[in-house]
Amino acid sequence: METTSIAHAEAPVEVHHHEPQSFWTKYVFSQDHKVIAMQYMITALVMGFIGMVMSWIFRIQLAWPEHNLPFLRFLMPTNMESGTLQTPGYYMLVTMHGTIMIFFLLTAILTGGFGNFLIPLQVGARDMAFPFLNMLSYWFYFLSCVVITASLFVTTGAASAGWTSYPPLSAIAKATPGSGLGQDLWLISIALFIVASTMGSLNYVTTALNMRAKGMTLMRMPLTVWGIIVAAMLGLFAFPALFAGAVLLLLDRHLGTSFFLPYLVVGGEHIVRNDGSPLLWQHLFWFLGHPEVYILILPAMGITSEILSNGARKPIFGYKVMVGSIAAIGFLSFIVWGHHMFVSGMNPWLGFAFVITTLIIAIPSAIKTFNWLGTLWKGNIRFTTPMLFAIGFISTFVTGGLTGLFLGNSALDIPLHDTYFVVAHFHVVMGLSSVFGIFGGIYYWFPKMTGRMMNELWGKVHFWLTFVGSYGVFWTMHYLGFMGMPRRYYSYESYQFLPPDMHVLQVIITVSALIVGAAQFIFIVNFIGSWLRGKKAPDNPWQATTLEWQAPTPPPHGNWGPTLPVVHRWPYDYSVPGASADFVPQTVPVEVEPTGEHHRVAVAVNGHAHGHPHTNGSGNGHHS
Amino acid sequence: MATAELSLHQEFQEYTLRSPFRASWQKVMMWVFIVVDALTFGSLLVSYGFTRVSLGEWANPAEVFALHIGGKEIPLLLIAIMTFILVSSSGTMALAVANAYERKKKETVLFLTLTMLLGLTFVGCQVYEWTHLITHGTRPWWNPYGPPQFGAYFFTLTGFHGLHVLSGVIYLAIVARMVANGTLDRRGSYQLVEIAGLYWHFVDLIWVFIFTMFYLF
Repeated sequence: METTSIAHAEAPVEVHHHEPQSFWTKYVFSQDHKVIAMQYMITALVMGFIGMVMSWIFRIQLAWPEHNLPFLRFLMPTNMESGTLQTPGYYMLVTMHGTIMIFFLLTAILTGGFGNFLIPLQVGARDMAFPFLNMLSYWFYFLSCVVITASLFVTTGAASAGWTSYPPLSAIAKATPGSGLGQDLWLISIALFIVASTMGSLNYVTTALNMRAKGMTLMRMPLTVWGIIVAAMLGLFAFPALFAGAVLLLLDRHLGTSFFLPYLVVGGEHIVRNDGSPLLWQHLFWFLGHPEVYILILPAMGITSEILSNGARKPIFGYKVMVGSIAAIGFLSFIVWGHHMFVSGMNPWLGFAFVITTLIIAIPSAIKTFNWLGTLWKGNIRFTTPMLFAIGFISTFVTGGLTGLFLGNSALDIPLHDTYFVVAHFHVVMGLSSVFGIFGGIYYWFPKMTGRMMNELWGKVHFWLTFVGSYGVFWTMHYLGFMGMPRRYYSYESYQFLPPDMHVLQVIITVSALIVGAAQFIFIVNFIGSWLRGKKAPDNPWQATTLEWQAPTPPPHGNWGPTLPVVHRWPYDYSVPGASADFVPQTVPVEVEPTGEHHRVAVAVNGHAHGHPHTNGSGNGHHS
Repeated sequence: MATAELSLHQEFQEYTLRSPFRASWQKVMMWVFIVVDALTFGSLLVSYGFTRVSLGEWANPAEVFALHIGGKEIPLLLIAIMTFILVSSSGTMALAVANAYERKKKETVLFLTLTMLLGLTFVGCQVYEWTHLITHGTRPWWNPYGPPQFGAYFFTLTGFHGLHVLSGVIYLAIVARMVANGTLDRRGSYQLVEIAGLYWHFVDLIWVFIFTMFYLF
């Protein structure tokens, strides 16, 4: 705060960046990207907590069917009257768990939370391009959270047609109890969320393209920014399909149209609707649904790249290819949605086309994985908590990616479809991986956000419990999937084809899930405790090169004081031979050393200054 | 304060020069938004195509949207008039932008007002068209002309587009007011008019697609 007042005294730079004075404009209706980032982050974490509690309840049902948990009556009065989870309640919980985790936790925290905090700081801007719209984005998000949470308390229960909300289940109020008001609130909440996400993403993309500091060329942007803005673009270009779908589904529900409703007989009674196509919804949904998983993974990839390079004290391996892979994955994500619909009666030739496009995604994904390993190779690795989570990300990304090769292939997908194998696959590859990216990011940037360090010891305990526990949950699930255990079933006891002893695996999964859940309390306590009384953080605790670490901690309103930073080099100058420290911040001008041993290095480093990052490859390759 | 505004202005000018599109952030943001909105319309139009192809039968729009004048049936006459009105409004919008470049306050406001009036006339025609179809029995779930989806998509597509025209009129009214009361003079830039123009032309362009795909086919 001191810095800003000096800044204003010396040179009143920013007219619209006057620091807000009142409590309301400073902390509640703030237009400061850092405050909005914290609002997004905390709201998303609270939603994530709710989603996690839901998973405990249905996991308990799966391991110990119809076990009586009297205290849960207070959580869900309609679906747990006697303390036992009933079937509609089970469907409601799995639906809401998926919806909350994918949209309200992961999407919101990665683009809304990290995007807001990191983009202006890492490209050297004072704030987002359009701060008012940014604030509006958060409050629409908040409203969508309120609506989805409120839907849990309506008499018929919240939506229970799965997070994919396939009609006719989601279109006819009679179909399930949750298809009443709960489904309406689900659709409204998702529409609000799309509006919020669009307003936010407009800012993220525009800010990264237009508000970069001097010298911050596109190819000098940290990979975090690349990951987030490509994810934001995916959101911008994919969410419209779901928005249109949600509008049409609301019309089907309330104005008697039949966009998605075929000729139907429900309970012996013909519902007078005509020849609509439930498949149309599936296409619209998955046109969003598939890019959506990359919206969750790309920012996490960016965060991981950032932390790995910093923790290994080495330049990121193959920066340009990393950027290219992010863009390639982003593009490919739009032409693979059919692989979610192999069993929908799709023409096998069309399915074949989707198999090909899907498997092509393995190429940029593998390139990224090899580049991360290349970055770690012979690095002087510091095993800090963020670093552990980043390495954990690589592990889960590879595990989940490999099962993706199974499911992307229609011949294998058809027997595995809608089994626990699918549940395990997507939880590992996009759930766990993005959660590890998020945790890594929180531990890494917490000092810059709050001015205090998080506790390392408890951070490591949190990591190991989460890492081992998550594999306990999802590794086990793959076996259940191979046995043919279908997903979304309340109870398996009457299915003869499943051997009775597979139940042991269900118990292992639930126990692991509860352990992982308990580990998150360590994180919560660490997060709050460190914020209140953690060790004071220096400006650059990780000895990092990117711009945000050159700003004061925590950054004041307007971020940079009177003058904007000027960038002279790419973001990964770690262990530059001949440099005095093992990291050179992006703001350090490049000195040309014309003679001696360092000649080649100096040229290579000079190359960055003139915006030719391709020279990095040769320079660093030569010296490593 | 004068120096402050100058340096703010300079900071933003430098940003614009560094933008990969050499455009201000306001313009970039509007372009990105237009892509988003185009994809929303695209999703609706693709859904319409999907449904129409999978149903196999459809109403004959030339008959449904015919006007009876002097005992004669002229197909698509009203739609032709509406299209003409909307394309004209793009013309007046372009004139408003041209005048804004030259900072001619009065002319800019005049052409913005004309554009709004043409937009409102268009929406008026739409109201007439809706009334006509509704009085002949068209409902979201049934219509006398063809499969029920015909009416459903008619109301959805034209309704969604009409909402865009109406929002555009409100948007232009705000811009016109800012031109008239000198806000843009104080800001030193009439860029806002051009950006509003981008939106208006986009909404017109969408109509061309709806016209071609829903009415002509």
